[in-house]
Amino acid sequence: MSDIHVTSAGAMSADPSSRYLVREHHPEHGTMLGFWIYLMSDCLIFACLFATYAVLGRNYAGGPTGAELFDLKLIALNTAFLLFSSITYGFAMLSAKVKNKGGTLLWLGITGLFGLAFLGVEIYEFQHLIHEGAGPQRSGFLTAFFALVGTHGLHVTFGAIWLVTLMVQISKHGLHAANMRRLNCLSLFWHFLDVVWIGVFTFVYLMGVLP
Amino acid sequence: MSDHNHNHAHGHDHGHDDHGHGDHSDGSHVHGSMKDYVIGFVLAVILTAIPFWLVMNHVIEDPATTGFVLLGFAAVQMVVHMVYFLHMNSKSEGGWNMLALIFTVIIVVITLAGSLWVMYHMNHNMMPTMEGHTPQQMHDMP
Repeated sequence: MSDIHVTSAGAMSADPSSRYLVREHHPEHGTMLGFWIYLMSDCLIFACLFATYAVLGRNYAGGPTGAELFDLKLIALNTAFLLFSSITYGFAMLSAKVKNKGGTLLWLGITGLFGLAFLGVEIYEFQHLIHEGAGPQRSGFLTAFFALVGTHGLHVTFGAIWLVTLMVQISKHGLHAANMRRLNCLSLFWHFLDVVWIGVFTFVYLMGVLP
Repeated sequence: MSDHNHNHAHGHDHGHDDHGHGDHSDGSHVHGSMKDYVIGFVLAVILTAIPFWLVMNHVIEDPATTGFVLLGFAAVQMVVHMVYFLHMNSKSEGGWNMLALIFTVIIVVITLAGSLWVMYHMNHNMMPTMEGHTPQQMHDMP
């Protein structure tokens, strides 16, 4: 419906020969929308995990509570890492916009380092919890906690793998249309993970330590 | 390729009119400007710092009030991220992005609110069995 309107407006503003090009644009259009719909379905996975945590989050089974386990300073550090990685990804996008390949790679590299720092802290936290006997099998609360936070961490891991892959592709083939599309998709994915993390640190950690 | 022409024509343009061109562009077009990212980042830092400060310094006595304030900050910060980092607006992809988002939000709200509602009442009604009552006593309960 609105697609038709947009296409006709695009065709009119360009010379007549661009009619074919407008048609070529269509699949590119589809990729961004399709990726967005994937992210929305990912949203539903997280919604289920959040609902599980909301239901089981206070079932300690006589085990340790959130207030005893969570180290908020560590979580604040992790939140800062993820927030910084979001804006450095934004800088990478701005560099890509002006076709600055070196700048794009530099900012993507910094984003990747922040992502790895986040994962490092999270793995340390999980290891610490399991070492203390507060593993996922201890109580309903910890099962829901590990499922939710672990799934988010897994997403960040795959985001980091994608980031490295994309850096190799950009350094080899430059910022052509296909790489720009991939960069745009990863941008959505990366910022989406930051949005999910807002829910995690608020709902799991900050509200978890409240009495 | 027209992709390259398109990017060169608008590539050095940092202004807000970029959003207008986004509608009929392909995936190679980049949204947002330096100003957008910086505003978004500063807002996000403020909206993150306040909840941590509230909880770590026990600013509000009542846990329920603190909880609601925290959820409020989280909701506002999610909107800030959506607008400044994910560049959501009602026009991107001809409005289909926004439609998918609204649909998802509705499903998410039903999932979360529904689960909490149902499970709270189940806990409430099933609690006597966990305290060692017999099925007969359960049956006799109002």
